[in-house]
Amino acid sequence: MVDSTVVLWGQTLAYTFYCLAILALMGWFGYKITRRRRQGVIKNTLFYSFVTFLIVLGVSLHIITYHTIPWAPIDLNRSEIKADKVFDIVAEKHQFILPAEKLVIKCHEKALFKVISNDLTYGFGLFRQDNSMVFQMQVVPGHMNDILWQFDKPGIYTIRSTEYSGPAGVDMLVKDAVIVTGEETSQNN
Amino acid sequence: MNFIQTFLHGEEGVFKPDSMTPMQKMTLRFVVVGLVYYAFAVIEGMIMRLYEVQPIPSIPSKQFFAIMTAHPLVGIFGSTYSIVFGAFLFLVPFLMKKPLWSIKLGNWTLGLIGVGTLVFWFSGFITHYAPLYTLYWPLPADFTQFSVIGGTFFITGIALVMLGTIFFVINIYKTLTYTPDGWAQQPSKEILKSALGITAFSNLFRKKKTEQLVSLPVAAVAQGTVDVAFNAAIILFTGVLILVYMVAALLGFDLKSSAIDALLYKNWFWWGLDLVADGLVLIFVAGTWYLLATLITGKKLYMENVARIALLVELVVSWTVWSHHLLSDQAQPGILKVVSGEMVTAFELITQGLAFFITLYTLWSARPLKMANPLKFLLGGLLGFALAVPAGIMQADIGLNRILHNTQWVIGPHVHVAILVGLTMTLYSAIYFLFPILTNGAKLYSQKLANFHFWAQLLGGVGMGAFMGMAGLHGMLRRSLYIDGEFNTYMVLAAISGSLLLLGFLAFFFNIVMSVGFNGVIGIFSPSKLKTKDLLP
Repeated sequence: MVDSTVVLWGQTLAYTFYCLAILALMGWFGYKITRRRRQGVIKNTLFYSFVTFLIVLGVSLHIITYHTIPWAPIDLNRSEIKADKVFDIVAEKHQFILPAEKLVIKCHEKALFKVISNDLTYGFGLFRQDNSMVFQMQVVPGHMNDILWQFDKPGIYTIRSTEYSGPAGVDMLVKDAVIVTGEETSQNN
Repeated sequence: MNFIQTFLHGEEGVFKPDSMTPMQKMTLRFVVVGLVYYAFAVIEGMIMRLYEVQPIPSIPSKQFFAIMTAHPLVGIFGSTYSIVFGAFLFLVPFLMKKPLWSIKLGNWTLGLIGVGTLVFWFSGFITHYAPLYTLYWPLPADFTQFSVIGGTFFITGIALVMLGTIFFVINIYKTLTYTPDGWAQQPSKEILKSALGITAFSNLFRKKKTEQLVSLPVAAVAQGTVDVAFNAAIILFTGVLILVYMVAALLGFDLKSSAIDALLYKNWFWWGLDLVADGLVLIFVAGTWYLLATLITGKKLYMENVARIALLVELVVSWTVWSHHLLSDQAQPGILKVVSGEMVTAFELITQGLAFFITLYTLWSARPLKMANPLKFLLGGLLGFALAVPAGIMQADIGLNRILHNTQWVIGPHVHVAILVGLTMTLYSAIYFLFPILTNGAKLYSQKLANFHFWAQLLGGVGMGAFMGMAGLHGMLRRSLYIDGEFNTYMVLAAISGSLLLLGFLAFFFNIVMSVGFNGVIGIFSPSKLKTKDLLP
């Protein structure tokens, strides 16, 4: 499965390129608008082309991400996918109660994290050693909150609450709680 | 005039508060209160920026989160609502060429928003009540972390603001439809149809087009006000719900906090809150762009009927997009995530894109234009939304939300760029445009300060959003604290950008005070000597 770092890089590049383009456009517009105009008018075709472009962009964005970000279809169809490992986790009084001290997963296994809260709304996120995020979900009391994830790289990950639950929630993390073992290969789902 | 004389009497002593009508005074009071609360929000923001670099020993983390709770509410209700409501209470009668229905009710709106904001801000400051704008159930009623009395006053303050908001809604709609003394009976039904975009929509299917009875900016105000009303009702209802728990706790009863479904509450609350973020803000801003573009150019708006329909679409969209805030809630039905969270949300790219294009085209058609303050701030506002809306569309995606939700990305490139660059620069454009009209021709003290204000606001806002966004892409959460300096490079750069915003605001505030003089600012708050309902003398 494509790592979330790759997706983030892709997003960073796309958004940076867009920002530079729109900054350049507005700079050019701001300059040109103070200059005397040449003859001729802009045709309405430009307007309708722009509207069409926006519609195509708005619709295609989610179709593209659904087909290129592997966890998107897994997430929507997770109830039909059999997990290799299931971890039942409880969040209560600003603490995570794990089924074992370390949650060990083999590379390419599909792990299902089932988290319930007994009091407040929390978050459940996995973070790499460099603090970057692997994934996160919300943990709402009174509901089952589950996420299915396939790890294709060995690593050690920290669990951290990703939702504000009052000042006491700041320290809600379990360092190096998830260990993924095995070898990285290019195997896909 | 020397510096002291200018400080006391304004630039060249031109500004005379005694010459102002009650409407001018009321509007300027809104602006002054809004700017004072903007100062609150900027200073709070700067404290939080510094705290994210290195926790300040004299400020406990509870205080930090209390500031974080009050900050957006002071910014949105205390500042933006004040400035926007003041401007619209002036502009709607100005554009309709009739008096405001009730100046008294307008002043009540200002009083309630001003006092309400002070009450909730002060209560948070003293008691550290910090559920972060009442997200999520049962956190607002978690009395193990928060003071019941503090929370009670906090919610009461919010309720006062909402009451003032409802008065604003009444005043706007009454102004649209009422018949002033001595006038021929106004066609209130037809006015409402035009204001709500129904006429524009039905004109699509008619050969003979029905004449619009209200101008496009007034239609934008009317439609945005629908979301204002809904939002006020939701916030009031939610406030009452929390108050019930608080009053029960004060009386010694412990209501079962789990009696309310947390996910249902979250849906309810986001439906209401999104009427601000994805509703009235976008509609009001689009309306203000259209107004400013036509006023600056003196030309008719390009594609006016399309713009009217786009506003109506945006209004309907704003009722149906809330689920993009719940894409990471696994119990939320998938159909809501896809339809409301992704697909309908993508319409905002289209409606805002249309407003962007139409405004730019209208300006373009009138070139050459002088790069005066209203125009340059308007371009800044357009740029802000051009940057922030796509950032929002990206995070409103099931795949990307999994790695962006609740990170600094959301609050940086999306929220702060939208507010500080998009919304605030649009408001500054309106303020610079209306300043000579509302002050009967007062002269701006310094154009150099206005230029500095522009660049500081633009670079500070874009820079802060960008560095927060970079931190978010590297995993830094919002609403959290990192005491080991994990993201310090980005946070230092964001703090430097934030300080530019603060300096820009101080330059603007100083410029305005020096333009009207200290005595002039005080004079705005004294009763008008002119007994008239006219807008201008």
